[in-house]
Amino acid sequence: MAIRERLSGNEAVAIAMRQINPDVMAAFPITPSTEIPQYFSTFVANGQVDTEFVPVESEHSAMSACVGSEAAGARTLTATSSCGLALMWEELYIAASCRLPIALACVNRALSGPININCDHSDSMGARDSGWIQIYSENNQEAYDNFVQAFRIAEHKDVRLPIMICQDGFITSHAVENISLLEDDVVKNFVGEYNPEEYLLNQDHSMAVGPYDIPAYYMEHKKQQAVAMENAKQVILDIAAEFEKISGRKYGLFETYKLDDAECALVIINSAAGTAKDAVDKLRAEGKKVGLLKIRVFRPFPAEEIAEALKNVKAIAVMDRCEGFSSQGGPLGAEVKSALYTAGATSKVVDYVYGIGGRDVRVENIEEVYNALFDILETGNVGETYRYLSLRD
Amino acid sequence: MSNVLEIRWHGRGGQGAKTAALLLADVAFNTGKYVQGFPEYGPERMGAPITAYNRISDTHIRVHSNIYDPQYVVVVDETLLEAVDVTNGLRKDGAIIINSAKSPEELRPLLKGYEGKVYTIDARKISVAALGKYFPNSPMLAAIVKVTGIMDDESFLNEMEGSYKHKFASKPEVIEGNMKALRMSLQEVK
Repeated sequence: MAIRERLSGNEAVAIAMRQINPDVMAAFPITPSTEIPQYFSTFVANGQVDTEFVPVESEHSAMSACVGSEAAGARTLTATSSCGLALMWEELYIAASCRLPIALACVNRALSGPININCDHSDSMGARDSGWIQIYSENNQEAYDNFVQAFRIAEHKDVRLPIMICQDGFITSHAVENISLLEDDVVKNFVGEYNPEEYLLNQDHSMAVGPYDIPAYYMEHKKQQAVAMENAKQVILDIAAEFEKISGRKYGLFETYKLDDAECALVIINSAAGTAKDAVDKLRAEGKKVGLLKIRVFRPFPAEEIAEALKNVKAIAVMDRCEGFSSQGGPLGAEVKSALYTAGATSKVVDYVYGIGGRDVRVENIEEVYNALFDILETGNVGETYRYLSLRD
Repeated sequence: MSNVLEIRWHGRGGQGAKTAALLLADVAFNTGKYVQGFPEYGPERMGAPITAYNRISDTHIRVHSNIYDPQYVVVVDETLLEAVDVTNGLRKDGAIIINSAKSPEELRPLLKGYEGKVYTIDARKISVAALGKYFPNSPMLAAIVKVTGIMDDESFLNEMEGSYKHKFASKPEVIEGNMKALRMSLQEVK
Protein backbone atom coordinates (compact mmCIF):
# COMPACT_ATOMS: atom_id res chain seq x y z
CA MET A 1 0.00 0.00 0.00
CA ALA A 2 1.37 3.37 -1.01
CA ILE A 3 1.58 5.91 1.78
CA ARG A 4 -0.01 9.30 1.06
CA GLU A 5 2.19 12.01 2.58
CA ARG A 6 3.22 15.61 2.22
CA LEU A 7 6.92 16.29 2.46
CA SER A 8 9.60 18.66 1.32
CA GLY A 9 12.08 17.32 -1.22
CA ASN A 10 14.74 17.19 1.51
CA GLU A 11 12.48 15.16 3.82
CA ALA A 12 11.53 12.84 0.97
CA VAL A 13 15.16 12.01 0.17
CA ALA A 14 16.00 11.56 3.86
CA ILE A 15 13.14 9.05 4.16
CA ALA A 16 14.41 7.15 1.10
CA MET A 17 17.80 7.00 2.86
CA ARG A 18 16.17 5.71 6.05
CA GLN A 19 14.39 3.00 4.10
CA ILE A 20 17.64 2.04 2.36
CA ASN A 21 19.40 1.91 5.76
CA PRO A 22 22.94 2.32 4.40
CA ASP A 23 26.06 1.22 6.27
CA VAL A 24 27.65 4.68 6.34
CA MET A 25 26.66 8.30 5.79
CA ALA A 26 29.53 10.77 5.81
CA ALA A 27 28.38 14.35 5.51
CA PHE A 28 29.18 17.90 6.43
CA PRO A 29 26.35 18.77 8.81
CA ILE A 30 25.84 22.49 8.15
CA THR A 31 25.56 25.00 5.28
CA PRO A 32 26.29 24.63 2.38
CA SER A 33 24.98 21.10 2.89
CA THR A 34 21.25 20.54 3.07
CA GLU A 35 18.66 19.55 5.65
CA ILE A 36 19.06 15.96 4.41
CA PRO A 37 21.94 14.96 6.75
CA GLN A 38 20.09 16.75 9.58
CA TYR A 39 16.92 14.69 9.06
CA PHE A 40 18.98 11.54 8.57
CA SER A 41 21.01 12.10 11.74
CA THR A 42 17.68 12.17 13.63
CA PHE A 43 16.92 8.70 12.27
CA VAL A 44 20.37 7.59 13.44
CA ALA A 45 19.86 9.11 16.90
CA ASN A 46 16.42 7.49 17.20
CA GLY A 47 17.80 4.08 16.30
CA GLN A 48 15.65 3.84 13.15
CA VAL A 49 18.72 2.91 11.08
CA ASP A 50 21.98 1.08 11.87
CA THR A 51 24.02 3.56 9.85
CA GLU A 52 27.36 4.87 11.03
CA PHE A 53 26.94 8.62 10.68
CA VAL A 54 30.27 10.40 10.19
CA PRO A 55 29.97 14.15 10.68
CA VAL A 56 33.06 15.60 9.04
CA GLU A 57 34.65 19.06 9.08
CA SER A 58 34.33 19.76 5.35
CA GLU A 59 32.82 18.42 2.15
CA HIS A 60 36.33 17.51 0.99
CA SER A 61 36.50 15.20 3.99
CA ALA A 62 32.91 14.03 3.47
CA MET A 63 33.71 12.60 0.06
CA SER A 64 37.08 11.30 1.27
CA ALA A 65 35.31 9.40 4.05
CA CYS A 66 32.77 8.09 1.53
CA VAL A 67 35.60 6.84 -0.71
CA GLY A 68 37.28 5.05 2.19
CA SER A 69 34.08 3.54 3.51
CA GLU A 70 32.78 2.38 0.13
CA ALA A 71 36.19 0.90 -0.75
CA ALA A 72 36.08 -1.01 2.54
CA GLY A 73 32.86 -2.60 1.35
CA ALA A 74 30.21 -0.49 3.10
CA ARG A 75 27.14 0.87 1.28
CA THR A 76 27.75 4.59 1.58
CA LEU A 77 25.89 7.78 0.82
CA THR A 78 26.11 11.53 1.34
CA ALA A 79 24.25 14.72 0.55
CA THR A 80 25.40 18.18 -0.43
CA SER A 81 24.71 21.27 -2.45
CA SER A 82 26.34 24.21 -4.21
CA CYS A 83 29.84 25.08 -2.94
CA GLY A 84 29.77 21.89 -0.88
CA LEU A 85 29.79 19.85 -4.08
CA ALA A 86 32.53 22.11 -5.44
CA LEU A 87 34.69 21.31 -2.43
CA MET A 88 34.24 17.58 -3.15
CA TRP A 89 35.58 17.96 -6.69
CA GLU A 90 38.89 16.15 -6.31
CA GLU A 91 37.29 13.15 -4.59
CA LEU A 92 34.38 12.94 -7.05
CA TYR A 93 36.88 11.87 -9.71
CA ILE A 94 38.56 9.45 -7.30
CA ALA A 95 35.24 7.83 -6.36
CA ALA A 96 34.37 7.37 -10.03
CA SER A 97 37.76 6.09 -11.18
CA CYS A 98 37.95 3.67 -8.23
CA ARG A 99 34.52 2.43 -9.36
CA LEU A 100 32.90 3.05 -5.98
CA PRO A 101 29.08 3.03 -6.13
CA ILE A 102 28.49 5.87 -3.66
CA ALA A 103 25.10 7.65 -3.80
CA LEU A 104 24.96 11.42 -3.39
CA ALA A 105 21.83 13.55 -2.96
CA CYS A 106 22.55 16.85 -4.68
CA VAL A 107 20.30 19.83 -4.05
CA ASN A 108 21.01 22.09 -7.02
CA ARG A 109 22.03 25.59 -6.03
CA ALA A 110 24.16 28.37 -7.49
CA LEU A 111 27.90 28.52 -6.95
CA SER A 112 29.51 31.65 -5.56
CA GLY A 113 29.92 34.34 -6.67
CA PRO A 114 28.25 36.68 -6.41
CA ILE A 115 27.13 34.93 -3.23
CA ASN A 116 23.73 33.38 -3.82
CA ILE A 117 21.99 30.51 -2.08
CA ASN A 118 19.23 29.87 -4.60
CA CYS A 119 18.49 27.33 -7.29
CA ASP A 120 20.42 26.74 -10.44
CA HIS A 121 22.34 23.81 -11.88
CA SER A 122 25.89 25.20 -11.81
CA ASP A 123 26.98 22.77 -9.09
CA SER A 124 26.09 19.43 -10.66
CA MET A 125 26.67 20.65 -14.22
CA GLY A 126 30.18 21.56 -13.17
CA ALA A 127 30.62 17.95 -11.99
CA ARG A 128 29.22 16.48 -15.21
CA ASP A 129 32.60 15.21 -16.44
CA SER A 130 33.66 13.66 -13.12
CA GLY A 131 32.44 10.18 -14.06
CA TRP A 132 29.33 10.14 -11.86
CA ILE A 133 25.95 9.00 -13.12
CA GLN A 134 23.58 11.98 -12.90
CA ILE A 135 19.82 11.66 -12.57
CA TYR A 136 17.54 14.70 -12.23
CA SER A 137 14.15 15.10 -10.55
CA GLU A 138 11.23 17.41 -11.31
CA ASN A 139 9.67 17.25 -7.85
CA ASN A 140 9.85 15.59 -4.42
CA GLN A 141 8.25 12.40 -5.79
CA GLU A 142 10.89 11.97 -8.47
CA ALA A 143 13.72 12.83 -6.04
CA TYR A 144 12.44 10.07 -3.73
CA ASP A 145 11.84 7.54 -6.51
CA ASN A 146 15.23 8.22 -8.11
CA PHE A 147 17.02 7.82 -4.79
CA VAL A 148 15.30 4.50 -4.12
CA GLN A 149 16.64 3.29 -7.50
CA ALA A 150 20.13 4.79 -7.04
CA PHE A 151 22.06 1.93 -5.43
CA ARG A 152 20.55 -0.70 -7.73
CA ILE A 153 22.00 1.22 -10.68
CA ALA A 154 25.32 2.21 -9.11
CA GLU A 155 26.15 -1.21 -7.63
CA HIS A 156 25.17 -3.21 -10.74
CA LYS A 157 28.13 -5.35 -11.83
CA ASP A 158 28.07 -3.85 -15.35
CA VAL A 159 28.23 -0.34 -13.91
CA ARG A 160 29.94 0.10 -10.50
CA LEU A 161 29.97 3.87 -10.65
CA PRO A 162 28.92 6.55 -8.17
CA ILE A 163 25.54 8.18 -8.70
CA MET A 164 24.21 11.65 -8.05
CA ILE A 165 20.45 12.24 -7.64
CA CYS A 166 19.69 15.92 -8.20
CA GLN A 167 16.70 18.13 -7.41
CA ASP A 168 16.14 21.89 -7.43
CA GLY A 169 17.29 23.83 -4.37
CA PHE A 170 14.47 25.48 -2.42
CA ILE A 171 11.97 25.12 -5.29
CA THR A 172 11.52 21.42 -4.52
CA SER A 173 13.97 20.82 -1.66
CA HIS A 174 12.12 23.19 0.70
CA ALA A 175 8.60 23.07 -0.77
CA VAL A 176 6.11 20.80 0.96
CA GLU A 177 4.06 18.91 -1.60
CA ASN A 178 2.05 15.71 -1.84
CA ILE A 179 4.02 12.53 -2.32
CA SER A 180 3.35 8.81 -2.46
CA LEU A 181 5.85 6.79 -0.40
CA LEU A 182 6.57 3.10 -0.61
CA GLU A 183 6.42 0.98 2.52
CA ASP A 184 9.72 0.36 4.32
CA ASP A 185 9.89 -3.36 3.56
CA VAL A 186 9.06 -2.79 -0.12
CA VAL A 187 12.04 -0.44 -0.46
CA LYS A 188 14.25 -2.76 1.59
CA ASN A 189 13.43 -5.72 -0.65
CA PHE A 190 13.84 -3.65 -3.80
CA VAL A 191 17.25 -2.28 -2.82
CA GLY A 192 18.50 -5.58 -1.37
CA GLU A 193 21.73 -6.39 0.44
CA TYR A 194 25.08 -5.05 -0.74
CA ASN A 195 27.60 -7.79 -1.43
CA PRO A 196 30.56 -6.30 -3.30
CA GLU A 197 32.80 -8.79 -5.05
CA GLU A 198 35.97 -6.86 -4.21
CA TYR A 199 36.49 -4.77 -1.10
CA LEU A 200 39.34 -3.72 1.15
CA LEU A 201 38.16 -5.56 4.27
CA ASN A 202 38.08 -8.87 2.44
CA GLN A 203 40.99 -10.66 4.15
CA ASP A 204 40.88 -13.54 1.67
CA HIS A 205 41.59 -11.30 -1.27
CA SER A 206 43.83 -8.35 -0.57
CA MET A 207 43.78 -5.49 -3.05
CA ALA A 208 44.92 -1.91 -3.55
CA VAL A 209 42.50 0.94 -4.19
CA GLY A 210 43.55 4.11 -5.95
CA PRO A 211 47.25 3.44 -6.63
CA TYR A 212 49.35 5.31 -9.19
CA ASP A 213 48.43 4.33 -12.74
CA ILE A 214 51.19 4.46 -15.31
CA PRO A 215 50.72 5.73 -18.89
CA ALA A 216 50.88 2.16 -20.16
CA TYR A 217 47.51 1.35 -18.49
CA TYR A 218 45.84 4.65 -17.58
CA MET A 219 43.95 4.96 -20.87
CA GLU A 220 42.66 1.40 -20.68
CA HIS A 221 41.33 2.05 -17.19
CA LYS A 222 39.63 5.24 -18.36
CA LYS A 223 38.12 3.32 -21.28
CA GLN A 224 36.73 0.74 -18.84
CA GLN A 225 35.18 3.58 -16.89
CA ALA A 226 33.63 4.97 -20.09
CA VAL A 227 32.24 1.54 -20.98
CA ALA A 228 30.72 1.26 -17.50
CA MET A 229 29.02 4.60 -18.07
CA GLU A 230 27.66 3.39 -21.42
CA ASN A 231 26.41 0.22 -19.73
CA ALA A 232 24.58 2.33 -17.16
CA LYS A 233 22.01 3.38 -19.76
CA GLN A 234 20.49 -0.08 -20.11
CA VAL A 235 20.80 -0.77 -16.38
CA ILE A 236 18.92 2.46 -15.59
CA LEU A 237 16.09 1.34 -17.89
CA ASP A 238 16.01 -2.17 -16.40
CA ILE A 239 15.89 -0.86 -12.83
CA ALA A 240 13.17 1.63 -13.83
CA ALA A 241 11.09 -1.25 -15.19
CA GLU A 242 11.48 -3.12 -11.90
CA PHE A 243 10.66 0.04 -9.98
CA GLU A 244 7.45 0.46 -11.97
CA LYS A 245 6.31 -2.93 -10.71
CA ILE A 246 6.53 -1.84 -7.07
CA SER A 247 5.39 1.77 -7.50
CA GLY A 248 3.25 2.01 -10.63
CA ARG A 249 5.40 4.97 -11.67
CA LYS A 250 7.17 4.81 -15.01
CA TYR A 251 10.65 6.24 -15.62
CA GLY A 252 12.91 6.31 -18.65
CA LEU A 253 16.04 8.14 -19.73
CA PHE A 254 13.88 11.20 -20.25
CA GLU A 255 10.19 12.09 -20.24
CA THR A 256 8.36 13.45 -23.26
CA TYR A 257 5.26 15.56 -22.87
CA LYS A 258 2.97 16.09 -25.88
CA LEU A 259 6.02 15.77 -28.11
CA ASP A 260 4.68 13.36 -30.76
CA ASP A 261 3.21 15.95 -33.13
CA ALA A 262 4.98 19.02 -31.70
CA GLU A 263 6.41 21.63 -34.07
CA CYS A 264 8.18 23.49 -31.27
CA ALA A 265 9.69 21.91 -28.19
CA LEU A 266 11.74 22.63 -25.10
CA VAL A 267 14.46 20.47 -23.61
CA ILE A 268 14.53 21.16 -19.90
CA ILE A 269 15.69 19.76 -16.55
CA ASN A 270 14.13 19.58 -13.05
CA SER A 271 11.35 21.70 -11.52
CA ALA A 272 10.83 24.16 -14.38
CA ALA A 273 9.65 21.18 -16.47
CA GLY A 274 6.46 21.12 -14.37
CA THR A 275 5.88 24.82 -14.97
CA ALA A 276 6.58 24.25 -18.67
CA LYS A 277 3.94 21.47 -18.82
CA ASP A 278 1.33 24.01 -17.69
CA ALA A 279 2.56 26.33 -20.46
CA VAL A 280 2.30 23.48 -22.99
CA ASP A 281 -1.31 22.80 -21.97
CA LYS A 282 -2.17 26.49 -22.24
CA LEU A 283 -0.67 26.80 -25.72
CA ARG A 284 -2.18 23.47 -26.85
CA ALA A 285 -5.59 24.89 -25.85
CA GLU A 286 -4.87 27.70 -28.31
CA GLY A 287 -4.16 25.12 -31.01
CA LYS A 288 -0.37 25.46 -30.96
CA LYS A 289 1.58 22.24 -31.43
CA VAL A 290 4.10 22.39 -28.61
CA GLY A 291 5.73 19.80 -26.40
CA LEU A 292 8.73 19.19 -24.22
CA LEU A 293 11.45 16.73 -23.42
CA LYS A 294 12.52 16.57 -19.77
CA ILE A 295 15.97 15.13 -19.14
CA ARG A 296 16.06 12.52 -16.38
CA VAL A 297 19.44 10.95 -17.08
CA PHE A 298 22.16 13.46 -17.96
CA ARG A 299 25.11 11.10 -17.38
CA PRO A 300 25.25 8.89 -19.37
CA PHE A 301 23.79 11.30 -21.93
CA PRO A 302 21.13 9.52 -24.02
CA ALA A 303 22.15 11.30 -27.22
CA GLU A 304 20.71 8.92 -29.83
CA GLU A 305 17.41 8.53 -28.00
CA ILE A 306 17.01 12.28 -27.60
CA ALA A 307 17.80 12.94 -31.27
CA GLU A 308 15.22 10.29 -32.22
CA ALA A 309 12.58 11.80 -29.93
CA LEU A 310 13.17 15.28 -31.37
CA LYS A 311 13.51 14.28 -35.02
CA ASN A 312 10.18 15.74 -36.18
CA VAL A 313 10.39 18.93 -34.13
CA LYS A 314 11.08 21.98 -36.30
CA ALA A 315 12.31 24.42 -33.65
CA ILE A 316 13.88 23.53 -30.31
CA ALA A 317 14.82 25.64 -27.29
CA VAL A 318 17.33 24.01 -24.98
CA MET A 319 16.94 25.43 -21.47
CA ASP A 320 20.13 25.76 -19.44
CA ARG A 321 19.81 26.65 -15.75
CA CYS A 322 23.55 27.22 -15.78
CA GLU A 323 25.93 29.52 -17.62
CA GLY A 324 28.78 27.70 -19.32
CA PHE A 325 30.76 30.76 -20.47
CA SER A 326 31.40 29.08 -23.80
CA SER A 327 29.79 32.15 -25.42
CA GLN A 328 27.41 29.72 -27.13
CA GLY A 329 25.09 28.67 -24.31
CA GLY A 330 25.13 26.22 -21.44
CA PRO A 331 26.17 22.57 -21.11
CA LEU A 332 22.77 21.05 -21.93
CA GLY A 333 22.65 23.10 -25.13
CA ALA A 334 26.04 21.80 -26.20
CA GLU A 335 25.04 18.19 -25.51
CA VAL A 336 21.69 18.40 -27.29
CA LYS A 337 23.13 20.19 -30.32
CA SER A 338 25.91 17.62 -30.53
CA ALA A 339 23.34 14.81 -30.38
CA LEU A 340 21.21 16.41 -33.11
CA TYR A 341 24.19 17.14 -35.37
CA THR A 342 25.48 13.57 -35.06
CA ALA A 343 22.02 12.29 -35.99
CA GLY A 344 21.95 14.60 -39.02
CA ALA A 345 18.99 16.63 -37.75
CA THR A 346 18.05 19.90 -39.44
CA SER A 347 15.93 21.40 -36.63
CA LYS A 348 16.48 25.02 -35.66
CA VAL A 349 17.99 25.13 -32.17
CA VAL A 350 18.42 27.99 -29.71
CA ASP A 351 19.86 27.85 -26.22
CA TYR A 352 18.36 29.79 -23.33
CA VAL A 353 20.15 30.48 -20.07
CA TYR A 354 17.31 30.86 -17.55
CA GLY A 355 16.49 30.81 -13.84
CA ILE A 356 20.07 31.13 -12.62
CA GLY A 357 20.66 32.26 -9.04
CA GLY A 358 17.01 31.53 -8.27
CA ARG A 359 15.41 33.82 -10.89
CA ASP A 360 11.78 32.73 -10.81
CA VAL A 361 10.42 30.87 -13.84
CA ARG A 362 6.75 31.52 -14.57
CA VAL A 363 4.36 29.87 -17.00
CA GLU A 364 4.36 33.18 -18.92
CA ASN A 365 8.16 33.08 -19.30
CA ILE A 366 7.96 29.62 -20.85
CA GLU A 367 5.16 30.76 -23.19
CA GLU A 368 7.50 33.52 -24.31
CA VAL A 369 10.09 30.89 -25.29
CA TYR A 370 7.56 28.90 -27.34
CA ASN A 371 6.39 32.09 -29.04
CA ALA A 372 10.00 32.90 -29.94
CA LEU A 373 10.28 29.44 -31.51
CA PHE A 374 7.16 30.07 -33.61
CA ASP A 375 8.73 33.36 -34.73
CA ILE A 376 11.73 31.36 -35.96
CA LEU A 377 9.42 29.04 -37.91
CA GLU A 378 7.50 31.94 -39.46
CA THR A 379 10.50 34.00 -40.47
CA GLY A 380 12.90 31.14 -41.16
CA ASN A 381 15.47 33.22 -39.33
CA VAL A 382 16.97 31.71 -36.17
CA GLY A 383 18.56 34.96 -35.03
CA GLU A 384 20.59 34.89 -31.83
CA THR A 385 21.09 31.25 -30.80
CA TYR A 386 22.42 32.07 -27.32
CA ARG A 387 19.76 33.88 -25.33
CA TYR A 388 18.90 34.86 -21.76
CA LEU A 389 15.31 34.45 -20.51
CA SER A 390 13.72 37.11 -18.27
CA LEU A 391 16.79 39.29 -18.22
CA ARG A 392 16.29 42.82 -16.86
CA ASP A 393 17.05 45.61 -19.32
CA MET B 1 -4.50 27.36 -13.45
CA SER B 2 -7.82 28.79 -12.39
CA ASN B 3 -8.92 25.89 -10.19
CA VAL B 4 -5.95 26.28 -7.87
CA LEU B 5 -6.38 28.33 -4.70
CA GLU B 6 -3.31 30.57 -4.35
CA ILE B 7 -2.32 32.33 -1.12
CA ARG B 8 0.61 34.64 -0.40
CA TRP B 9 1.93 35.31 3.10
CA HIS B 10 3.85 38.41 4.14
CA GLY B 11 5.66 38.39 7.44
CA ARG B 12 8.90 39.31 9.08
CA GLY B 13 11.67 36.79 9.71
CA GLY B 14 11.10 35.05 13.03
CA GLN B 15 7.32 35.54 13.19
CA GLY B 16 6.50 32.15 11.77
CA ALA B 17 4.89 33.08 8.41
CA LYS B 18 6.73 30.18 6.77
CA THR B 19 5.59 27.81 9.53
CA ALA B 20 2.03 29.06 9.17
CA ALA B 21 2.14 28.42 5.40
CA LEU B 22 3.41 24.89 6.02
CA LEU B 23 0.69 24.31 8.65
CA LEU B 24 -1.95 25.50 6.19
CA ALA B 25 -0.54 23.05 3.64
CA ASP B 26 -0.86 20.33 6.31
CA VAL B 27 -4.46 21.22 7.06
CA ALA B 28 -5.44 21.24 3.39
CA PHE B 29 -3.53 17.99 2.79
CA ASN B 30 -5.54 16.37 5.56
CA THR B 31 -8.78 17.29 3.77
CA GLY B 32 -7.57 15.28 0.76
CA LYS B 33 -6.21 18.15 -1.33
CA TYR B 34 -3.04 18.50 -3.33
CA VAL B 35 -0.90 21.19 -1.72
CA GLN B 36 2.21 23.26 -2.00
CA GLY B 37 3.71 25.27 0.86
CA PHE B 38 6.99 27.04 0.24
CA PRO B 39 8.95 30.07 1.37
CA GLU B 40 10.82 32.54 -0.81
CA TYR B 41 14.34 32.72 0.51
CA GLY B 42 16.26 35.95 0.57
CA PRO B 43 19.05 37.22 2.78
CA GLU B 44 17.04 36.15 5.82
CA ARG B 45 17.45 37.65 9.20
CA MET B 46 15.18 38.32 12.13
CA GLY B 47 12.77 41.12 11.27
CA ALA B 48 13.38 41.27 7.50
CA PRO B 49 10.29 41.02 5.26
CA ILE B 50 9.71 37.46 4.06
CA THR B 51 7.20 35.86 1.72
CA ALA B 52 5.70 32.39 1.77
CA TYR B 53 3.16 30.74 -0.52
CA ASN B 54 0.43 28.12 -0.67
CA ARG B 55 -1.26 26.41 -3.58
CA ILE B 56 -4.24 24.18 -2.82
CA SER B 57 -5.93 22.13 -5.52
CA ASP B 58 -8.10 19.09 -6.22
CA THR B 59 -5.60 17.91 -8.82
CA HIS B 60 -1.82 17.41 -8.97
CA ILE B 61 0.06 20.74 -9.00
CA ARG B 62 2.92 20.94 -11.51
CA VAL B 63 3.77 24.62 -11.57
CA HIS B 64 6.84 25.59 -9.53
CA SER B 65 6.89 29.37 -9.66
CA ASN B 66 6.13 31.94 -7.02
CA ILE B 67 2.58 33.33 -6.87
CA TYR B 68 1.87 36.68 -8.50
CA ASP B 69 -1.95 36.86 -8.66
CA PRO B 70 -3.10 35.32 -5.38
CA GLN B 71 -6.75 35.02 -4.31
CA TYR B 72 -5.73 35.69 -0.73
CA VAL B 73 -2.96 37.60 0.99
CA VAL B 74 -2.16 37.21 4.68
CA VAL B 75 -0.17 39.98 6.36
CA VAL B 76 1.34 38.75 9.61
CA ASP B 77 2.93 42.09 10.49
CA GLU B 78 0.96 45.31 10.09
CA THR B 79 4.10 47.43 9.65
CA LEU B 80 4.67 45.70 6.30
CA LEU B 81 1.72 47.61 4.84
CA GLU B 82 4.04 50.58 4.37
CA ALA B 83 7.21 48.62 3.49
CA VAL B 84 5.87 46.07 0.99
CA ASP B 85 3.29 46.28 -1.81
CA VAL B 86 1.19 43.55 -0.18
CA THR B 87 -1.82 43.88 -2.52
CA ASN B 88 0.31 43.59 -5.67
CA GLY B 89 -1.54 41.25 -8.03
CA LEU B 90 -4.17 40.37 -5.41
CA ARG B 91 -7.41 39.50 -7.18
CA LYS B 92 -10.37 41.80 -6.66
CA ASP B 93 -12.64 38.84 -5.95
CA GLY B 94 -10.23 37.69 -3.25
CA ALA B 95 -9.36 39.12 0.14
CA ILE B 96 -6.56 40.35 2.35
CA ILE B 97 -6.29 39.39 6.02
CA ILE B 98 -4.20 41.66 8.21
CA ASN B 99 -2.92 41.14 11.73
CA SER B 100 -3.99 44.40 13.37
CA ALA B 101 -5.97 45.83 16.27
CA LYS B 102 -7.51 48.25 13.79
CA SER B 103 -10.71 47.73 11.81
CA PRO B 104 -10.72 46.91 8.08
CA GLU B 105 -12.11 50.43 7.41
CA GLU B 106 -9.16 52.03 9.17
CA LEU B 107 -6.62 50.01 7.15
CA ARG B 108 -8.18 50.21 3.71
CA PRO B 109 -6.60 53.63 2.94
CA LEU B 110 -3.16 51.97 3.26
CA LEU B 111 -3.98 49.35 0.61
CA LYS B 112 -3.30 51.37 -2.54
CA GLY B 113 -6.88 51.33 -3.77
CA TYR B 114 -7.46 47.60 -3.30
CA GLU B 115 -11.16 47.01 -3.98
CA GLY B 116 -11.60 43.49 -2.60
CA LYS B 117 -12.51 42.35 0.89
CA VAL B 118 -10.37 43.35 3.85
CA TYR B 119 -10.34 41.34 7.08
CA THR B 120 -8.48 42.06 10.29
CA ILE B 121 -7.58 39.91 13.25
CA ASP B 122 -5.82 41.07 16.40
CA ALA B 123 -3.36 38.19 16.61
CA ARG B 124 -1.29 39.94 19.27
CA LYS B 125 -4.23 40.28 21.66
CA ILE B 126 -5.33 36.68 21.04
CA SER B 127 -1.84 35.25 21.32
CA VAL B 128 -1.04 37.08 24.53
CA ALA B 129 -4.42 36.10 26.03
CA ALA B 130 -4.12 32.45 25.01
CA LEU B 131 -0.39 31.79 25.22
CA GLY B 132 0.96 34.64 27.33
CA LYS B 133 3.43 35.40 24.50
CA TYR B 134 3.31 36.87 21.03
CA PHE B 135 3.28 34.10 18.41
CA PRO B 136 0.99 35.34 15.65
CA ASN B 137 1.00 32.30 13.38
CA SER B 138 -1.70 30.20 15.08
CA PRO B 139 -4.28 33.03 15.06
CA MET B 140 -3.36 33.96 11.46
CA LEU B 141 -3.73 30.33 10.37
CA ALA B 142 -7.22 30.13 11.91
CA ALA B 143 -8.15 33.43 10.24
CA ILE B 144 -7.16 32.28 6.74
CA VAL B 145 -8.99 28.97 7.21
CA LYS B 146 -12.11 30.84 8.31
CA VAL B 147 -12.00 33.37 5.47
CA THR B 148 -11.23 30.85 2.70
CA GLY B 149 -13.63 28.26 4.11
CA ILE B 150 -11.31 25.44 3.07
CA MET B 151 -12.66 23.44 6.00
CA ASP B 152 -15.28 23.86 8.72
CA ASP B 153 -14.26 25.03 12.19
CA GLU B 154 -14.70 21.71 13.92
CA SER B 155 -12.68 19.62 11.44
CA PHE B 156 -9.99 22.28 11.45
CA LEU B 157 -9.71 22.27 15.25
CA ASN B 158 -9.55 18.46 15.29
CA GLU B 159 -6.85 18.45 12.66
CA MET B 160 -4.81 21.07 14.46
CA GLU B 161 -5.05 19.31 17.79
CA GLY B 162 -3.49 16.23 16.16
CA SER B 163 -0.89 18.36 14.42
CA TYR B 164 0.11 20.23 17.60
CA LYS B 165 0.34 16.98 19.58
CA HIS B 166 2.89 15.84 17.02
CA LYS B 167 4.69 19.18 16.66
CA PHE B 168 4.84 19.93 20.38
CA ALA B 169 5.40 16.36 21.60
CA SER B 170 8.29 17.59 23.77
CA LYS B 171 6.38 20.57 25.22
CA PRO B 172 2.71 19.55 25.58
CA GLU B 173 2.00 22.51 27.86
CA VAL B 174 1.72 24.84 24.85
CA ILE B 175 -0.90 22.75 23.03
CA GLU B 176 -3.89 24.03 24.99
CA GLY B 177 -2.81 27.66 24.56
CA ASN B 178 -2.43 27.25 20.81
CA MET B 179 -5.82 25.54 20.57
CA LYS B 180 -7.35 28.42 22.53
CA ALA B 181 -5.70 30.90 20.14
CA LEU B 182 -7.23 29.08 17.16
CA ARG B 183 -10.71 29.06 18.72
CA MET B 184 -10.55 32.76 19.61
CA SER B 185 -9.32 33.65 16.15
CA LEU B 186 -12.11 31.73 14.40
CA GLN B 187 -14.58 33.87 16.38
CA GLU B 188 -12.86 37.20 16.12
CA VAL B 189 -11.75 37.57 12.49
CA LYS B 190 -13.75 40.41 10.97
